Amino acid sequence: MVEKESVLIKKVKEAFRDAILETTVFRGEITHLVEKSAILSLCTFLKNDSELKMNYLVDVIGVDYQPREPRFEVVYHLYSISRRHRVRLKVRLAEGEAVASVANVWKGADWPEREAYDMFGIVFEGHPELKRIYMAEDWEGFPLRKDYPLRGFKDRYNPYGVDKEEN
Amino acid sequence: MAERDEQNLIDTQVMTLHMGPQHPSTHGVLHMILDMQGEKVLKVVPDIGYLHRGTEKIAENLLYHQFIPYTDRLDYMCAMSNNLAYVQAVEKLMGIEITERAKYIRVISAELSRIAGHLLSVGAWAMDLGAMSILLYAIREREIILDIFEMLCGARMTLSYLRVGGVRYDFTDQCKDATKNLLEILPKRIDEYETILTGNRIWLKRNKGVGVISAEEAINLGLSGPSLRGSGVKWDVRKDEPYLVYDRFDFNIPTGTNGDCFDRYLVRIEEIRQSIRIIGQALKDLPEGPFNIDMPQVVPPPKPDVYKNMEALIHHFKYVSNGFKVPAGEIYSSIEAPKGELGTYIVSDGSEKPHRVKLRVPTFMNLQTIDHMCRGNYLADVIAIVSSLDPVFGECDK
Repeated sequence: MVEKESVLIKKVKEAFRDAILETTVFRGEITHLVEKSAILSLCTFLKNDSELKMNYLVDVIGVDYQPREPRFEVVYHLYSISRRHRVRLKVRLAEGEAVASVANVWKGADWPEREAYDMFGIVFEGHPELKRIYMAEDWEGFPLRKDYPLRGFKDRYNPYGVDKEEN
Repeated sequence: MAERDEQNLIDTQVMTLHMGPQHPSTHGVLHMILDMQGEKVLKVVPDIGYLHRGTEKIAENLLYHQFIPYTDRLDYMCAMSNNLAYVQAVEKLMGIEITERAKYIRVISAELSRIAGHLLSVGAWAMDLGAMSILLYAIREREIILDIFEMLCGARMTLSYLRVGGVRYDFTDQCKDATKNLLEILPKRIDEYETILTGNRIWLKRNKGVGVISAEEAINLGLSGPSLRGSGVKWDVRKDEPYLVYDRFDFNIPTGTNGDCFDRYLVRIEEIRQSIRIIGQALKDLPEGPFNIDMPQVVPPPKPDVYKNMEALIHHFKYVSNGFKVPAGEIYSSIEAPKGELGTYIVSDGSEKPHRVKLRVPTFMNLQTIDHMCRGNYLADVIAIVSSLDPVFGECDK
């Protein structure tokens, strides 16, 4: 286990010396904080490298850290079915910034990226069809953001919501 | 519907057909927009979100232990697996090691819930394709499992049986006997299903060669669970990254070869048999001892003590009103749920409430493959394909 972990850290750090901002190991899980511009090339590398072979995209997740700046984090969970190891990549984004879509590396990234867009308003550049997935097409706001009230905003369908001015 | 000769088709105008969200064969509220050329499907666009309840937003506003009942309502066909995925993640974040007995009880309950889920999956699938009797038989067997759950924790569907630090009630001898009884009955009943379905000509025609997906394509699209194993990929979280005590049991991971609906059916049937084996071994080895860890902040004392003991009362009060603090950090923990890899990603800021909970639900990822599987098939095959993925919308829409 330890040996495998070192591969995931060493090889990635060797190939992307400047793009890896921070590497942490917590409860046996490896996390790389990655420069935003390098995410696409890093993902391609992780998928195609014969020693790493991260062929399975588990999930793409948005996290809102308001009031910290930059506000958002996009978290990628990768798994290798043949090598049986996992790694987590993180990218930090300010509001209004976009990140490259990995839907061309793993087709399975399509829906989770749409979900992150739907819930946080994070834009994935190069995504084949970036639109809302859970909420209605004309929904205003992004529900999982920290400044979005739990009860939603008041409108004619939601009389118990929070007034927009109050918030 | 095996022959598909491109040459014999007459080109007609492409029709758009809306299937669902109230269609009985879409297992809930799946809405599919089908582009059709006659009876042939050109493209499927699944439209989800009709059951979106904002579970993740709710989780951010609740104490860690208050969220457990919400996980019951994700994949309501097998609530035990959802409980397990969540509490295991919280325990990993806290660095808690639960007791041996609790581990075995969790294995037994998770496998019971897998059997319940697969039974309903196969039953509903057969009914969608016109074999009503199988559903009635499957429900009959499922009932026995639900009775065991009722004996165990008083609830049949929304169990909330697992808790952070262990389980809520002990696995009594009565439950043990009931489970042993189930293990005796079930194998014969599964054989019965197989005599009705596996060799059935209609069942074969409707499923063989329908909804084919190659291993490579399935992995690329994020398919997991029995549906992925139907394509021949031998990946099961229970075997490859053993959690609880799965590494102590002897069981096989069934895989298919063609990646069609029929293989996915066979994998599910075989998984029920393997689950029976696991439960049998777990029942035999079930150790004595406490079923909760000794940590009064996380597991409050038993109710009778609360009435008599001041300290127990304080712990109970603190647990209910304040919850417990979880160290800051982020973790991802996954289990093999009946539908596939069910993962929980928790970001904690060190307080009593999670900063972010993300549920990696298998149905959501699995549904992405529908378009690939349906293209070029007939409309009637779409029913078989949807059933073979076994989607549950409480889980998909969160």
